Amino acid sequence: INHIVHNGGLYKRPFNEAFEETPMLVAVLTYVGYGVLTLFGYLRDFMRQWKIEKCQNATEREEQKDFVPLYQDFENFYNRNLYMRIRDSWNRPICSVPGAKVDMMERVSHDYNWTFTYTGRVIKDIINMGSYNYLGFAQKAGACQEAAAKVLSQYGAGVCSSRQEMGNLDKHEELEKLVARFLGVESAMAYGMGFATNSMNIPALVGKGCLILSDELNHASLVLGARLSGATIRIFKHNNMQSLEKLLKDAIVHGQPRTRRPWKKILILVEGIYSMEGSIVRLPEVIALKKKYKSYLYLDEAHSIGALGPGGRGVVEYFGLSPEDVDVMMGTFTKSFGAAGGYIGGKKELIDYLRTYSHSAAYATSMSPPVVEQIITSVKCIMGEDGTTIGEARVQQLAENTRYFRRRLKEMGFIIYGNEDSPVVPLMLYMPAKIGAFGREMLKRNIGVVVVGFPATPIIESRARFCLSAAHTKEMLDTALKEINEVGDLLQLKYSRRRLVPLLDRPFDETTYEETED
Amino acid sequence: QQWVLVEMVQAFYEAPAYHLILEGILILWIIRLLFSKTYKLQERSDLTLKEKEELIEEWQPEPLVPPVPKDHPALNYNIVSGPPTHIITVNGKECINFASFNFLGLLNNEKVKSAAQASLKKYGVGTCGPRGFYGTFDVHLELEERLAKFMRTEEAIIYSYGFATIASAIPAYSKRGDIVFVDEAACFAIQKGLQASRSNIKLFKHNDMADLERLLKEQETEDQKNPRKARVTRRFIVVEGLYMNTGDICPLPELIKLKYKYKVRIFLEESLSFGVLGEHGRGITEHFGINIDDIDLISANMENSLASIGGFCCGRSFIIDHQRLSGQGYCFSASLPPLLAAAAIEALNIMEDNPDIFQTLRAKCERIHKALQGISGLKVVGESFSPALHLQLEESSGSREHDVKLLKRVVDYCMNSGIALTQARYLEKEEKCLPPPSIRVVITVEQTEQELDKAASLLKEAAQSVLN
Repeated sequence: INHIVHNGGLYKRPFNEAFEETPMLVAVLTYVGYGVLTLFGYLRDFMRQWKIEKCQNATEREEQKDFVPLYQDFENFYNRNLYMRIRDSWNRPICSVPGAKVDMMERVSHDYNWTFTYTGRVIKDIINMGSYNYLGFAQKAGACQEAAAKVLSQYGAGVCSSRQEMGNLDKHEELEKLVARFLGVESAMAYGMGFATNSMNIPALVGKGCLILSDELNHASLVLGARLSGATIRIFKHNNMQSLEKLLKDAIVHGQPRTRRPWKKILILVEGIYSMEGSIVRLPEVIALKKKYKSYLYLDEAHSIGALGPGGRGVVEYFGLSPEDVDVMMGTFTKSFGAAGGYIGGKKELIDYLRTYSHSAAYATSMSPPVVEQIITSVKCIMGEDGTTIGEARVQQLAENTRYFRRRLKEMGFIIYGNEDSPVVPLMLYMPAKIGAFGREMLKRNIGVVVVGFPATPIIESRARFCLSAAHTKEMLDTALKEINEVGDLLQLKYSRRRLVPLLDRPFDETTYEETED
Repeated sequence: QQWVLVEMVQAFYEAPAYHLILEGILILWIIRLLFSKTYKLQERSDLTLKEKEELIEEWQPEPLVPPVPKDHPALNYNIVSGPPTHIITVNGKECINFASFNFLGLLNNEKVKSAAQASLKKYGVGTCGPRGFYGTFDVHLELEERLAKFMRTEEAIIYSYGFATIASAIPAYSKRGDIVFVDEAACFAIQKGLQASRSNIKLFKHNDMADLERLLKEQETEDQKNPRKARVTRRFIVVEGLYMNTGDICPLPELIKLKYKYKVRIFLEESLSFGVLGEHGRGITEHFGINIDDIDLISANMENSLASIGGFCCGRSFIIDHQRLSGQGYCFSASLPPLLAAAAIEALNIMEDNPDIFQTLRAKCERIHKALQGISGLKVVGESFSPALHLQLEESSGSREHDVKLLKRVVDYCMNSGIALTQARYLEKEEKCLPPPSIRVVITVEQTEQELDKAASLLKEAAQSVLN
C-alpha cells in the first residue's frame, strides 16, 4: 500500500510512505523456516536433556540447585535454539570512532557461537551503515572534540551528585538555554540518558486517572514510562489517524472504564521517526486531532532531531509547524549530536515542574561535562552559530543521501519500508536464515549492517536496517549499493513486485488515500 | 454395517412419540436462535451523535502540569561554576565540598583525566548506538573484565546510567507473581525497579532480621497451602550494602543464613559501599569476609567512588548473561561513552594500586562522626565508618515544610562561611517510606583534618544560631 496524502492543505509537502505487503510465497516459506527451526530446537533440547549433547549453557551453583529455578526453560527456548545460531550478527565489538568507516575486532567461534575468541586482528575500514550517526558528529578530531577535551581537563569526567543537590553545573544551565533556543521553545531540561528521560518523566507528568494513547510501535522506554506512571494505556494502530480519533472520541464520551468519571488528562505518545519501520509520524493530523479533543502531545524525537527538516530542527520543522503546538518535545543527544543523554523542551511551567518533580533531577547523577560540551558545540554548528556552514551542509547532505539511497534500493527491487525522507532504511529479509546470511555476507564485503528479527519486529518481518549518515560520501554509498545488489542476488532478496512509478500529483478535497496497484 | 435409507425411515417410525416431539422443539429453538438479532450487554450506543459532540465540547482537562510555587525548595538549584571537586564554587562563593559523593577524590585526578583524554582522541565522545548494534567498544569489554576481576566474580555488565542499573536488573529476573522482600529504607532506584517488575513486594523494617524472618515464615506457610505454585514462584531479597537514606550497613551474615534456610536469592546494591568498605574496597562482602558467590547479584553505580558515570552488575555468568538480552536499560539504550569507561578503568587502577586510601577514608569518617556528636538540635544518623552521613533534627517541629526551612537556614549559614553542604532531596509524594528531612554530609579522602574540624565547629555554630 502506498500512501500519498494531500489532506486538504494540512500537509505542505507530499507525504510518501510505503509498506509493501509480504508476498504470499515468502510468508509461507518463512513460517516453514521457523517451524523447522523449532522442531530442531526441540530435538536439540531433548538431546541436551538426555546428555547426548554437551550442554554449554552456564548452570546454577551446586549449593543452590534446590532453589526455585531462576529462568523457565521455555523463556530461553528462543534464546538457545534460534538466537544462538546467528548471534555473531550482534554485539560486534569495534575499536575506532563510530564514523562513516569503522574498525572492527575480528572474532571467531569454534563452537557455533556459544563462545567467541578474539583473533587479535582488526578489520579496518568497514563502511558503517549501522551506527546512529545521522549528521556525522561522531568524530575524533574537529571543533567538537577539541572543545570537549578542554572541558574535560577543566571539569573532569564525572559529577558525583544529582541536579537538585550539588550536581548542577553552569555548563548544564548553558546547555539547557541553548537547546531551548535550538528547538524554538521557552525552556528545556537535559538528562544523562535518553531511555531514562522517558521512563522517569512520563510518570511525573501523568498518573492514575489519566489516559495515555500510545502508538503500536513505540519504543521500550515510552512503554516503560507509561507503565510506571500508573495511567490507563490504550494503543492505536501504527500511524493510523482514524484509530487515534476513534480512541479519543470514545475516551471523552465514555470516561474512565467503570466509574465513568471524566479523564483528568489525555496524553498522546508518538515518535518522530520510528526506528524499526522508518516511518514518520503524521504530525499535522495528530496536532489537528489534539487541538480538537483538547489532549496533550508528547513527541519523542529520538531519531528525527537533527535528521529531518531544512535546518535540522526535527519533525516539527519538516512539516512546517510551530513548536508551540507540541506540548512536550523530547529527544535524545545520542543520535545526531554524537554524545549521550536526552532532553525535554516545552513551556516554562512544564520545565519548572520537571525540575522539581522529575525522578532524574532528584536521584540521578547529572550529565558529564565533556559530553555536555560536545552537545553545545554540535548544536551551535548545526545552527550555524560557530561561523561556518558545516551544519547546514551536513543536513543537506543527509537529505540527499537518503533520497539517493532509497531510490536506488527500490530500483534494484528490494522491499523497503517507510517514508521516502527518513534516513532509517529497513530492507525486508523475512526468512530467519537470511538474517544471519545477510549480516555475514555484508561483513565479508567490508560493510557493517544491522539486522533485526523477533522480538524487535513481528516474527515474519525480519529486516536489515541501514542508518544513513551525512558522513557517507557518494562513493561509499555506491560501493555499499553495489555490494547490496550482489548479496541481494545471491540470497534472492529482491521480492518487490513493483517497479518505481512516477507520482500522480492530483489535489484532493478531503482526506483520501491513494492506493497504487501492483 | 452401513445405514440404509429404508432402515433410517423405519427407525423414525419406531421411535416413541415424546422423543420426536422433544427433538422437534429443539430444532425449532435452534432455528429461532439462528435468526434472532444479536444483542450486546450494556448497550452503550444510546447516546446520539449530537450528545457525543456536546460531551466532547464540554470536557475540560486539567492543565498538563500544576504550577509550582516560585519558592519551592527544589526549584532553585545551586549553580556550581567550575568542577565540583574538593574546593567548589557554589553560587559564586568558594567553599570546601562536603556534598558531592567524590569519596576517593578521583574527580580531579590527573591520571584519570589523561586516560579519558586519550580515549576522547581515539573514539570521540558518543557511541552512536546500543550495545547490540556497533555500540560495543573494546573499552567496554575491558572495563567489564576489569570489574569482574576486581570483584572476583565471573562476569560483569555495564550500564550507561547509574539509576538505570538496578532499575533494569531487578525486572530482568523478577516478574509478575514472584516475591521480593525489600528493606524499607531502599533507595528510589530500587523502588522503581520493583515497580517495573510487577512482583509482590513485601517490605520489612529497616535492618530488622526478626521482621524479615517473620515474613519469610509467613510465606512458607502460604507455600505449603499451594505447593505447585510455590515451586515456580521465585523469591528475592533486595538490600543495600550501605544505605543511602540512613547511612548504616545491612547485616549480611544473617541474611546469608536466611538465604539458605528459606531458599531466597539475594540482590545486593552496593552503590555507596563499593570503593569504601572492605580492605581493598570490594564492598560489604569483603567487609564481612563473605564468599562473593553467595550473593547472587551485586549492583553498583560508578558515580560515587569511581567518579565516572554509569553502573555495573557483577556475579556469576549464569545470572549476568541473562541481562544482556533482558536488561531494558542495556538493550534499548546507547552504551556508555568510551571516555567515561576509560576514566573508570583508570580509577580502578588507582584503587588497586593504593589500597590504603580506604583505611584513610574510614579514619576521617570516624573523626568527623565523633566531632559531630553532641550538636544541640541535630543528631547524626549513620555508621561511624560511613562516608555519607545524615544530620537530622533531634526534635521535629511537626510539619515537614517547616523542618526543611530550618535545615535550609543551617545549610545557608554553613555555605556563607565556606562549607558547601546540601539537604538530602527526595520526591515526597513518590517515596514509599519517606525519610525525615536531613542535611547530607559527605566525607572524602581529600579533606584535611583541619577542614573536618572546621566543618564540625561550623555546624555546631549554625545549629546554635538557627535552632535556639
